[in-house]
Amino acid sequence: MFLNDMNLKNAPLEGEVRIPSGCAVSAIIDRSGKKMTGERIIRSIATMHDRSNGLGGGFAGYGIYPDYKEYYAFHLFYNDFQSKKETEDFLIQHFEVVYSSEMKTRKMKKITNEPLIYRYFLYPLSKRLANSLLGEEQYVVKCVNKINAEINGAFVFSSGKDMGIFKGVGFPEDIGKFYLLDEEYEGYSWTAHGRYPTNTPGWWGGAHPFGLLDYSVVHNGEISSYDANRRYIEMFGYKCSLQTDTEVITYVIDYLIRVKKLTLQEVAKVISASFWSTIDEKSEEEQRQEIFLRKAFPSLLITGPFSIIFGFTGGIMALNDRLKLRSMVCAEKGDIAYVSSEECGIRVIEPDVDKIFSPAGGQPIVYTLKEGGSL
Amino acid sequence: MEEFIPEEYDVLRNAELCIACRVCERQCSNEVHKFDKDLNRMIADSAKCVNCHRCVSLCPTHALKIVKNPDTFRENYNWPSQAMKEIYRQANSGGVLLSSMGNPNEYPVYFNKILVNASQVTNPPIDPLREPMETVVYLGKKDVEMKRDINGRLVDTMPPQLKLSVPVMFSAMSYGSISYNAHEALARAAEELGIYYNTGEGGLHRDFYKYSKNTIVQVASGRFGVHSEYLSAAAAIEIKMGQGAKPGIGGHLPGMKISDEVSKTRMIPKGIDAISPAPHHDIYSIEDLRQLIYTIKEATAYSKPVIVKVAAVHNVAAIASGIARSGADIIAIDGFRGGTGAAPTRIRDNVGIPIELALAQVDERLRQEGIRDNVSIVVAGSVHSSADVVKAIALGADACYIGTAALLALGCHLCRSCHTGKCNWGIATQREDLVKRLNPDIGYKRLVNLVTAWGHEIQEMMGGMGINSIEALKGNRLMLRGVGLNETELRILGIKHAGE
Repeated sequence: MFLNDMNLKNAPLEGEVRIPSGCAVSAIIDRSGKKMTGERIIRSIATMHDRSNGLGGGFAGYGIYPDYKEYYAFHLFYNDFQSKKETEDFLIQHFEVVYSSEMKTRKMKKITNEPLIYRYFLYPLSKRLANSLLGEEQYVVKCVNKINAEINGAFVFSSGKDMGIFKGVGFPEDIGKFYLLDEEYEGYSWTAHGRYPTNTPGWWGGAHPFGLLDYSVVHNGEISSYDANRRYIEMFGYKCSLQTDTEVITYVIDYLIRVKKLTLQEVAKVISASFWSTIDEKSEEEQRQEIFLRKAFPSLLITGPFSIIFGFTGGIMALNDRLKLRSMVCAEKGDIAYVSSEECGIRVIEPDVDKIFSPAGGQPIVYTLKEGGSL
Repeated sequence: MEEFIPEEYDVLRNAELCIACRVCERQCSNEVHKFDKDLNRMIADSAKCVNCHRCVSLCPTHALKIVKNPDTFRENYNWPSQAMKEIYRQANSGGVLLSSMGNPNEYPVYFNKILVNASQVTNPPIDPLREPMETVVYLGKKDVEMKRDINGRLVDTMPPQLKLSVPVMFSAMSYGSISYNAHEALARAAEELGIYYNTGEGGLHRDFYKYSKNTIVQVASGRFGVHSEYLSAAAAIEIKMGQGAKPGIGGHLPGMKISDEVSKTRMIPKGIDAISPAPHHDIYSIEDLRQLIYTIKEATAYSKPVIVKVAAVHNVAAIASGIARSGADIIAIDGFRGGTGAAPTRIRDNVGIPIELALAQVDERLRQEGIRDNVSIVVAGSVHSSADVVKAIALGADACYIGTAALLALGCHLCRSCHTGKCNWGIATQREDLVKRLNPDIGYKRLVNLVTAWGHEIQEMMGGMGINSIEALKGNRLMLRGVGLNETELRILGIKHAGE
């Protein structure tokens, strides 16, 4: 499946082994909603070239499909035309397919062994949806999981509305250009990821961001709580098939927001909880809230180093682990906000910022569109 | 008709060192030592020796040694001397063999075949001397609804929880099976440590109500010492359905251990064997258990967690699943190595399963059924060290109970003769002259030392794994690897083999 040249053919596939990685992350959001191409985010992540090792790079763009914003945009990797046909048969049975096409890409020497890459704009068939007794989003997630688990050689790597994930094996700046993000797309917010896996077969689907509907996560770190988090979240119907940190973090955030209806600030207090000793120093009201969250969700505390940028419709959240074991810097210039693993990733595209700071461990930084994000 | 049974141990005295001070004689409740006037020296009757090491420890000139009696029957792999001696004893007496403390036989100790992970390069270990390292655990139900007040703030909907400073508690040991001073030491240590001790089925002595904030009271099949004040005083209430050392049978407190005070505390007659029934006679099924759980909750206004303690038996996972759906807040599972003050030898040595396997299966089953959040899991049954605590938590436990380890800290030398009531260390006895040998001021300090030391070690091991809160260790089985385990054992434990 989408094996890269550099892969040893007898190495295990992604998902068969647990793969820790180091990484670079970066994000830009224009809170006024004004759109920009992917050119700047590519330059930002390219500056941190040495934080990746060529085994994975990717981007998420929000607001990029204004003409189809009511429809779920599926991005798919196919091994071959057989898997494409099987998948399209499945899609037609479950969705109204409004538009489909091969993804436009730029041929590049540095990007090899790319799979077939297709894009579909879809809406669930109303009768099918009604019969499923599921909510619309659950229905879509279920279909995505079914394709990924059951159709050999097909992988849905983006499934949100008015957003898209673009990723592959290579350095992130090359992946960005490969997908023509600098020319073809304009979004109000972009996140980026350069991967430094310590053990990977180099699978296109294994690159990041990891997405679930319109949620996307880019992550740098190696969490030590992985199996505690995984075994807990799998109680609620999630299946961590890729065995990556990013995957489990995405599911944890999805569960807390969508199922438990927590706010982003509350989510941060669960996954990157304040130390008990810190909580002791807070106001009575804050103590009550934070102790309650730690008591209720002890198994969703994430330990070990991480810096994540969580993307959603209308905003981004940057969050570090509670000890801040990974670097992450935020900056603002007018309406535009930046997040990056290193300051250079911001300075290279905006040398003259109004404000620049390093968020403390466990302190969530949330930037949303001025007219209000969805969360 | 009595068959002579060679003694297990020989008491060796170095005549050159012995000063005939007669300390050994005064210290031995089994009356092994005596001064022979005719010989003008100390002599010993080794047949009475239980090898408790009291005399060895207190001999001022280190003149004493207890060694295994080299006398042997004709060697026979199929009929080891232990088996032969037990036959002789039963032929002599016609009785059920009694034993104390946990199963000592050669069954696997799985904790010793599990290794723990540490961070290298890709993520950093964390130094507990320089960074916060959290070992606080809350026990109780976690599956709560998120409710908000009119200002949108979350409302605290948590059911009652037990807060532990470290995931270790003292397991159920009744007043009666152990002494007043032992109980006082446990209670004071629990208070100072911010953990809990457990009354067992012996009731709560009047003097110890002041430690009730750190007391778990037990309701067992004999209902000894249970009354409304007892329930109201406790931090939590444990329904004892079974015990690892003797699954399927009730408790047995020999009459000689039932003193005035024990009799008063248990509300039973003095001097007569107290035998609690095998089942609770109001619980013949899981739905009956639910009724008792809610009876207790009603009696205590839903203000305290209810623990249900079961022995680790073959279908423990299914049993735990039933309990998790019956309103219990915490399940305590006691493995087949768990200690006891008295149990039939055959039961202690042949019934039940290892706690490691039981725990792994219970945790996995509750997760498969999506009800792991309904309950916390506490495990018992030979937790030897802080490493065992770390392994148990990574397998899926919320906390551990320690019994034998706590008694060792108090001076127990594991002679396994608790049922005789003549404990030379003042622990498993009610004889006043013996009880006073255990100084609770010293005993409680030793318990505090032990658990404090374990706390430090747990922090060190967590830090090595790059984990700075015990919550992130719970059920984190990727942190464990088996060594020398077969595929079935690995599958049951849910861990990989070392090197994988």
